[in-house]
Amino acid sequence: MDRFEFRLAGSGGQGLILAGVIIAEAAVMEGKNAVQTQSYGAASRGGSSMSEVVISDGEIDFPEALNPDVFLSMTQQSYELYYKEVKEDGIIVVDSDLVKDVKDTEVKVVNVPITRIARDVGKAIVANIVAIGVLTSLTNVVDKEIVEKAVLARVPKGTEILNRKALQAGFESVR
Amino acid sequence: MEKVRLIQGNEACVEGALAAGCTFFAGYPITPSSEIAELMAFHLPRHDGVFIQMEDEIGSIAAIIGASIAGKKAMTATSGPGFSLMQENLGFAAMAEIPIVIVNVQRGGPSTGRPTAPAQGDVMQTRWGTHGDHPIVVYSPTSVQETFELTVQSFNVAEMLRTPVILLSDEVIAHMRERFQYPENVTVIDRKRPKKDEKEYLPYKDDGSGIPPMADFGTGYRYHITGLIHDESGYPSEDPEIQRKLLERLMGKTERYKDEITLIDEYFTDDMNVVVVSYGCSFRSAIHAVKTLRKEGIKAGCIKLKSLWPFPKETITKISEGVKGIVVPELNFEQIASEIRKYVDVPVKGVNRYDGSVIRPFEIEKTVRGLL
Repeated sequence: MDRFEFRLAGSGGQGLILAGVIIAEAAVMEGKNAVQTQSYGAASRGGSSMSEVVISDGEIDFPEALNPDVFLSMTQQSYELYYKEVKEDGIIVVDSDLVKDVKDTEVKVVNVPITRIARDVGKAIVANIVAIGVLTSLTNVVDKEIVEKAVLARVPKGTEILNRKALQAGFESVR
Repeated sequence: MEKVRLIQGNEACVEGALAAGCTFFAGYPITPSSEIAELMAFHLPRHDGVFIQMEDEIGSIAAIIGASIAGKKAMTATSGPGFSLMQENLGFAAMAEIPIVIVNVQRGGPSTGRPTAPAQGDVMQTRWGTHGDHPIVVYSPTSVQETFELTVQSFNVAEMLRTPVILLSDEVIAHMRERFQYPENVTVIDRKRPKKDEKEYLPYKDDGSGIPPMADFGTGYRYHITGLIHDESGYPSEDPEIQRKLLERLMGKTERYKDEITLIDEYFTDDMNVVVVSYGCSFRSAIHAVKTLRKEGIKAGCIKLKSLWPFPKETITKISEGVKGIVVPELNFEQIASEIRKYVDVPVKGVNRYDGSVIRPFEIEKTVRGLL
């Protein structure tokens, strides 16, 4: 595999940086190369937040996404900012409750009520884990079992059941 | 052998410092360097080390100078605003010949600037931020793995030359997570100490190497340390000959040991007719661009400066002789490009950003094509 690029964008507090870290960790567990970068403001909640993951079998020189293969948008604002940069044969995933105005472009758009699914599973805070399920299910860039291992290695003790349920719900939402 | 992990540049810096034998850290957390202080606070007490969160950056560098005089390998970590506050004592450490390591993870400046955005605007400050002619060694990592390697190197060179060394990272390399593998072998250099039976220890007497042996305070040696011009005993002197000799010895350290200090990597340089010279996070853009240009049949080469100061002027002059031009991408207003111009006769084109974003490879590709 050459370069495969994820861009996860939304607002601070949605856990998108952690989601990027987990996807990158899963790739490294599989023996691939991965680089995860982020941009964020000085505030820990609110404000814009973006996390990028580049995965490759070879060396990764430029560490950020150039033309994302997959773009996850969790706010209307981040959608407007980045939807044009996605690769022609790429995928845009939007939280359908939070991104209502989706433009008519060539790129495939997948609508998933990510935050609502998280709330139904137990807590809105696991929306990022639901998102990981959605993204890895759509792309198959990393193995689902390894993704689960990476999720469980990162989440706080005592929250494993909730997070596993969130990941499964993410997988199933795009079956 | 330890398995491959996904860690941040700042984490690799801490692992490197511990591997090099650092047992003392004093600092004042500041974005984007805070993870270094955070992890040092976790690890050092578990390694019989000391972590102190100081009242500010002036106190931080003062504390590591004190620890180093007592024989410890000591480090602090900061960003531009804190690095500015450290300048006075940085000069003191150079003059008094105290080995210390200062990590400066660059962010947008001047002043408090943009805390969470990358920049490379402190290159000249690392060279001339403190007043007076003084020796300085600066390393700039381009990856997580290299952050480990160059942190160890910073400690080794500080110990070897008895002088402050700066690890100049940036927000991208510091916060980026990528594959890291703990090296099987780590070479560690310790400072030269006086022989046990040395009754008449003179802390600043050249033993012929240009670097006087350094005694640990509190081990029986009593000596004077000052920022004033001093003689071999360490006491102040106004003798012009003593002043001249002291400054020539201090300034001579980096010239005399430049082969041990200087670290440069070359890529595709054998048949190149144009070269991109870069460092820190901008190197990642540079090498991506050069590989793209190579696919188009353009004979572009790439030079990575892992050490920035002392500036590798002879290497730069030599490289310039076979090329039509040099392209220098950096996140500042041509700080290294203008240094390169002093030593070459070919056109030097900067590719510069100062908007908190990294340079996109196509920007470099365009400038290279324009030179041919």
